[in-house]
Amino acid sequence: MRNFAYQRAGSVDAAVAAHSGQSSSFVAGGTTLLDLVKLDVMQPERIVDVRSLPLYDVERLDDGRLKVGAMVTNTDLAHHPIVTENYRVLSEALLAGASTSLRNKATTGGNVMQRVRCPYFRDGVSACNKREPGSGCAAIGGLNRSVHAVLGTSDQCIASHPSDMCVAMAAIGATVLVSGPNGEREIDFLDFHLLPGDSPDKEHALEADELITHVVLDAPMEGNRSHYLKLRDRASYQFALASSGVVIATEGGTIRDARIALGGVGTKPWRATEAEQSLIGKPANEASFQHAAELAFKEATAYEHNAFKIPLGQQAIVRSLTTVTA
Amino acid sequence: MSDDKHGKIIGASRSRIDGPKKLRGDAPYAADHHLPNMAYAYGVFSTVANGRITGIDVSEARTLPGVIDIFHHDHFPNLYRTPSTFAQENKVDETRLPFEDAKVHYPGQFVALVVADTFSNARDAAYRVRVDYEEDEPVATLAQAMESGEPTPHAASGHTRGDPDSAWNDAPHRIESTYITPMETHNPMEMHASTAYWDKGDLVLYEASQGVVFARNVMAKVFGIPPERVDVRSPFIGSGFGSKLWIWPHAVAAAAAAREVGRPVQLVVPREEMFTTTGHRPPTHQTLRLATDANGKLQALSHDGINTTSMVNTYIEKTGSCTKSLYACPNLRVSHATLPANHGTPTSMRAPGAAPGLFALESAMDEMAESIDMDPLEFRRANYTETDESLDLPFSSIHLMEAFDRGAEKFGWSKRTPEPGSMRDGDEIIGWGMAACNWEALKMDCDARVSLRADGTAFASCATQDIGTGTYTIVAQAVSDITGLPLERIEVELGDSSYPSGPVSGGSWATATTLPAIAQAARNAIDALKTYATGDGGAFSGSEADTLTFADGTLSDGNGKSVDYAEVLNQLKLANADGEAHTPAATNDEYSFRSFGAHFVEIRWDPGISNLRVSRVVSAIDVGQVINQTTAANQVEGAIAMGIGMALFENTEYDSRSGRPVNNNYAEYLVPVHADQPEEVDVILLDHPDYAFNEFGARGIGEIGITGLAAAVANAVYHATGKRIRELPITLDKLMVT
Repeated sequence: MRNFAYQRAGSVDAAVAAHSGQSSSFVAGGTTLLDLVKLDVMQPERIVDVRSLPLYDVERLDDGRLKVGAMVTNTDLAHHPIVTENYRVLSEALLAGASTSLRNKATTGGNVMQRVRCPYFRDGVSACNKREPGSGCAAIGGLNRSVHAVLGTSDQCIASHPSDMCVAMAAIGATVLVSGPNGEREIDFLDFHLLPGDSPDKEHALEADELITHVVLDAPMEGNRSHYLKLRDRASYQFALASSGVVIATEGGTIRDARIALGGVGTKPWRATEAEQSLIGKPANEASFQHAAELAFKEATAYEHNAFKIPLGQQAIVRSLTTVTA
Repeated sequence: MSDDKHGKIIGASRSRIDGPKKLRGDAPYAADHHLPNMAYAYGVFSTVANGRITGIDVSEARTLPGVIDIFHHDHFPNLYRTPSTFAQENKVDETRLPFEDAKVHYPGQFVALVVADTFSNARDAAYRVRVDYEEDEPVATLAQAMESGEPTPHAASGHTRGDPDSAWNDAPHRIESTYITPMETHNPMEMHASTAYWDKGDLVLYEASQGVVFARNVMAKVFGIPPERVDVRSPFIGSGFGSKLWIWPHAVAAAAAAREVGRPVQLVVPREEMFTTTGHRPPTHQTLRLATDANGKLQALSHDGINTTSMVNTYIEKTGSCTKSLYACPNLRVSHATLPANHGTPTSMRAPGAAPGLFALESAMDEMAESIDMDPLEFRRANYTETDESLDLPFSSIHLMEAFDRGAEKFGWSKRTPEPGSMRDGDEIIGWGMAACNWEALKMDCDARVSLRADGTAFASCATQDIGTGTYTIVAQAVSDITGLPLERIEVELGDSSYPSGPVSGGSWATATTLPAIAQAARNAIDALKTYATGDGGAFSGSEADTLTFADGTLSDGNGKSVDYAEVLNQLKLANADGEAHTPAATNDEYSFRSFGAHFVEIRWDPGISNLRVSRVVSAIDVGQVINQTTAANQVEGAIAMGIGMALFENTEYDSRSGRPVNNNYAEYLVPVHADQPEEVDVILLDHPDYAFNEFGARGIGEIGITGLAAAVANAVYHATGKRIRELPITLDKLMVT
């Protein structure tokens, strides 16, 4: 670990001001940053600690939305009564992630900023366009079974987005509130994470020195049931091979509204909108679910070792929909 | 088990006597020693798999705060290799010294060592050391090694009887299958670590070690000094699974650095490099041929194994070590061969040879049984033998049939329907499989000392180790058994090479080796006490020593006089009565000594979400006398968990292009977590003492539990899915219908 300057911010404005400069990082739970700093993959010269900022409230807004402070821990959010009652998919996704001790440290804002688990990114040596733009992508043609995507990939990067929480938020619908040198602004959650395209080093829509202050969840879908299903090799403490977060409302056996988001298979938290659309007005049965699952992976590209993620992701969709409509 | 040789303390359930120390944090591990003026070392590790160093630039690193020195192949003291022999107790698996020359043989090899005033400064500077390499194509995987050339055979490790090839060709029923096991990494919780200091030419080394005597002798050879000038201490280790049996380059580097900088030096091997420079279980390629007659009797069995080794040393994974004697078979061959790869040197990992070997053999037995339409358990019963046909000696004690019977009954094997996929529960398909387990029983030379002390306690010491298995506790039980003192009054110290010479904690031989020496030392201490008591001024002065009896801490003369032994000593102003003992190694003169058992496994496969889990395990284990029910059952339960990892998860993956490992961390190298443990684990310890082996009748229990487990899982997976997975681990993608 290289030495760095450390500063604890007393306010959002102070944090933003302190962050100015290219090699600064905000730290909250530190579960991604400290890991990568110790591996020498990230080398910030200045770390601005935002952990004590007053951003740990969970607040229901008048319009029915839920405003979650960026410093709310994964554990607290997962067990918050409004979340367990109205956003079950989010609670389940959070509890499927990492381990208890990590969830106690990890924050809502930090989890949105979680970085990929691609070993070629993390080893500090291999070709990686995310770490060293223009160096290539060792994952293509390499060992790409577990933490690599089949949706949203490019010939520059195929790393899957690791977050479970973000998959649930993509399904629910959300807005990211950020604060920066030019004041506050809102970013639609689905626009927050960027596809790798030709610039995999650019991972999100934040501009220089902007800090996430809140994530605002859309008002719960009326009459919804929701569920997060995470498939992996071992039963806990592993990133998803494929996961499905679904929110669905039915009337008399017919699907009125549906949201499907996928994890482990996409380069960003993946909303399967065409699959969702195919369900509306259809009977809530296996044929409908199977058809939706196929649509969700219509554009998928398999790599050397991860072709199984396409049928596995489809299974995640079918089973999660079956479970919530049973 | 009732037994007339020993009292109730042998075979009892007892909590670990070292448990409270661990709970309080009073059990110092190798990196817990923080000595005055201590410096910290951090390695620079090769990022290439094969090649040579063309330049090392330390200019930036050297200027950083706290840096004391930076060692590399052009700046390192001249040291010596150990001859590396087991008989001289100076064996290692990797004989090459760190920084010997500019050659790079594997990724993660030490190429430089930064010594600084703090751990953080050492690591910071290590990241700034720039190393240039001339890189050659690596041999990074078993497949690449298989393509690279012909394997080197190691005939001495093999065995042939009869004519297995002809018998196989002529037999009415036969199968041939090839099985592949991946590289596995030990991954003990505690990092490999060395804390070294020199005191007037004497080396003291706190090392995470499963063998302090071997470690001492190796360091003496490496530094060219007498072994009496080296003390290696390892009172507690956070397990090792074999990776801490022998000295690895980091310990040499730490000790040399400490001498050069004239300060204590601590070096902790980072987790990533515990995948490369402290050993691993090598990948294996095993071809099995089995043939039977019309009655299911084995007529031919051949087991030909290949494993990768390093470019610098040969390590043979003896996959056929159990195959040669587990079943009756007149025509049999086992052979082993190796191929070099750009890996660090492999080493023993829990049940070396047997764990991958029995995956292959016991999978093949299942395939053979199916091909002759026989129940897999019945097939094994049909080939049972009480003779080790490889040595032509009877087994000293074998209760494999009882293991089959009791395991099958507890599991409910008779309710199994043989057709694959025929047992279902809701969304899940249930599979039932079984396999035998097997491990050699060894007993080495051992010295020990027991003192009866004037404060009414006893003290036992031996230069063996407790690697988390319960050795402290069973040594105390042995002392208690002979002296009658309660465990609370017995202190045990292990893990220091200055104590009487004891065995490495490996091969499941520590129990059988150490306990007889401890018991004899305790008897000798009692004899010394009697001599003192009957001498001038003694409590029984004038009596003959051999007329006295010692029971429950009291000496008696049979004429109504009894004196507590502490009083005897205090009266004479003696601190203690000591007994030392040496007990010899066991030899295969009359018997073959082996342990046996059987695993019965239930798996559940949910094809709708491709979810596989082990839901139930029953293991019946025949290891002779169990010394401590609690710690023994714990060993088998832990081995079952590790076997589940071997079956379903573990696989150290190397990129065939760069030659670097890609999952060398705890997140991506998967071992079972609590949620992967079966709902039911039943360990049945048969507990039949094997007095032909040693006076306690114990054969050791650390390793047998993992043998055969992966095969039982694979056989259960076949029973559920109809898919025969011959390459570990059994991951869900191998079972998906695509």
